[in-house]
Amino acid sequence: MKNIQKITRMKLFFPLFCLLLVLLINVVKDPGFFQISVKNGVLYGRLIDVLNRGSEVAILAVGQTLVVAVSAGTDISVGSVMSLSACFTTMLLAGYGVNTTTTIVMPMALGLLAGILMGGLCGAFNGALVSKLRIQPMVATLILFTAARAIGLLLCNNQITYIRYEPYKYLGNFIPGCPIPTPIFVTIVVIVIIMLVLKKSALGTFIQSVGINSRAARLLGINSDFLCFLCYVICGLCAGVAGMIASSRIYCADSNNIGLNYEMDAILAVALGGNSLAGGRFNMAGSIIGAYTIQAITTTLLAMGVSTDQAPVVKAIIVILIVVVQSPVFKSWVETKKNRRRAEIKEAV
Amino acid sequence: MKKQVLSSVLCATMAAALLAGCGSTSTGSAAATSAAAAATSQAAAAATSAAAAATSAAAAATSAAAAASGSTIKVGFAQVGHESDWRTASTNSVQSALSKDNGFDLEFVDCDNDSAAQLQAVRQFIQDQVDYIVIDPIVSTGWDTVLGEAQDAGIPVVVIDRTIDDSDKYTAWVGSEFTNEGLAAGAWLKEYTEAKGIKDVNVLVISGTTGSSAQLGRSKGFDQYVTSEGWNKLDEQTGDFTQDGGQQVMESYCKSYQGKFNVVVCQNDNEAFGAEQAMDAAGVSYGVDGDVILISFDACTAGLTDVLAGKINADFQCNPLQGPDCAKIIKSLAAGQTVEKQTFMAEPWYVHDSDLTSITYTNNAGQSVTEDLVPVTQDIVDADY
Repeated sequence: MKNIQKITRMKLFFPLFCLLLVLLINVVKDPGFFQISVKNGVLYGRLIDVLNRGSEVAILAVGQTLVVAVSAGTDISVGSVMSLSACFTTMLLAGYGVNTTTTIVMPMALGLLAGILMGGLCGAFNGALVSKLRIQPMVATLILFTAARAIGLLLCNNQITYIRYEPYKYLGNFIPGCPIPTPIFVTIVVIVIIMLVLKKSALGTFIQSVGINSRAARLLGINSDFLCFLCYVICGLCAGVAGMIASSRIYCADSNNIGLNYEMDAILAVALGGNSLAGGRFNMAGSIIGAYTIQAITTTLLAMGVSTDQAPVVKAIIVILIVVVQSPVFKSWVETKKNRRRAEIKEAV
Repeated sequence: MKKQVLSSVLCATMAAALLAGCGSTSTGSAAATSAAAAATSQAAAAATSAAAAATSAAAAATSAAAAASGSTIKVGFAQVGHESDWRTASTNSVQSALSKDNGFDLEFVDCDNDSAAQLQAVRQFIQDQVDYIVIDPIVSTGWDTVLGEAQDAGIPVVVIDRTIDDSDKYTAWVGSEFTNEGLAAGAWLKEYTEAKGIKDVNVLVISGTTGSSAQLGRSKGFDQYVTSEGWNKLDEQTGDFTQDGGQQVMESYCKSYQGKFNVVVCQNDNEAFGAEQAMDAAGVSYGVDGDVILISFDACTAGLTDVLAGKINADFQCNPLQGPDCAKIIKSLAAGQTVEKQTFMAEPWYVHDSDLTSITYTNNAGQSVTEDLVPVTQDIVDADY
């Protein structure tokens, strides 16, 4: 009994519980969901789909968690920034005004790096507005939320730029000879880098202290403004990386649709991970699990053949349930109920 | 001070966003650089560049007004937005057909998929006393009042592409018959499977954005053949007309209906590209030499390239080049002639192999028609929009 309580009190219990719950639906509905086979030389199965397709949201969730923790606000521009980064990269690789190309005009690695840095630049812009000018995060990031997509469209000369250059597809699909989808590797790399930085340096602790009380943190000698700025830059870089994956998947930059509504999924992932959107303490692993939970829901609904139009409704219901179960009010309600029953049992004895 | 800096930054970025929003009307690269600069550099620099852009925009407006006082026909065009290659082709077509060289003075407004902004744009045209108004209506309802205002002002309205359902106060409409596209696809598939001796037809459909006229028409037309021929339609899910959407739905289809399907119908080319990738990954062969027949709509250049390569079996064009027809209608009206209320675009059906030369079907108007199938060649691909 004590052990069970210990497990349920663990920080990661609820995020994991939710993920397992979603997967459990599939056990009942169709065990084929868990089949993983090697087909065509690559891993093939719905679980692989979840890991593969969830990559973008997982990467965004990493950046979003830091932003939420440090500034008690959300960066709602990440989806648009993804689109801008993708457009910037395809423009550099194809050349301005080129609609479709099979050869690239600059080294691919350089183009990808430029795209990621473009994300970082957008993050820096958001960070400067929030940390230096003290604009509310929602309002500050609203600027790029609306503008970034349009700027991307201009960069691509109002067109969808196709890069029909085989290696460009590797990042979002498969590297020939490797059975695991590349986005999974990218996600692991991003997570490992961020985790190492957070655990091996004091950055994680600093971010938490700024998030809890930035003035107190400053009095302690922590440069709150810079930390806040830094978190937005990291978030922007993450959006850049996610943008590269999304663009590589479809070997083009579709500025209207890349990263559409991803900011909401990223914020939801942070919330599902058991993080308070009021900032302060954060749980990175929870956010990442939250991101995959969202993708698991999407993939499950697709597998069940729920029409993609009705899917958001089902998704919303599941999300409401999960969020309610995780809310402190609900938890304390369960706690009082339990205590009352215990008291009744005692009285009866 | 802080407040002032803040507000100036906000103004600058809003101006940048505005500039970006109506980018298609201004010269692309210059606007791109100034917008990018405004959005990313420091506050001061942003403020100045945005201000400069605002003045240049104002200057452009005055010059446009000055040019209007000629003997040219003044036309206002309220376009939907710029969401796809198809839309870009449509915009370019109208802009080049109603150009200065052809005796028109075109006032173009990109409404960014905002129907309120579109109503506003049309009212502005009426105030500017243009000679003709061209509308590609974002939504099909809510037009009666504003079209009445145009009628009172004596300005004929030409509707292109999408339809207006709740008012008939417009002069003419030019666009595509989506149901015929779907019917043609069904008729082609019937002939093709009969020619190839395929008995069981198991169809998966990746549809467009639910409720859009293109989706409704194409589904309606194709479904008539599904019912009459007794085909087995396994599933229909929407890919939202995007490549990523098509890819995701196809990935799921490949797992749910492994080895059970032999026809995939994508309601636009982008979805077809996504489906191709998903089938590549799942090791399903498709196209002319494959196990799965792939049908697509739109027939943009990239789509036809795939038809030429034999990846897509048949591609049913949705012609975005309404410009010339539109110009013809306006010219006839200006000459005092009467025009047809509805003009359907000529839409060729493209196929890879030339085994079948034509299809016969009963079109949406109830007439039995025989139409040619066009085998794709490199010349056709090069000439496409």
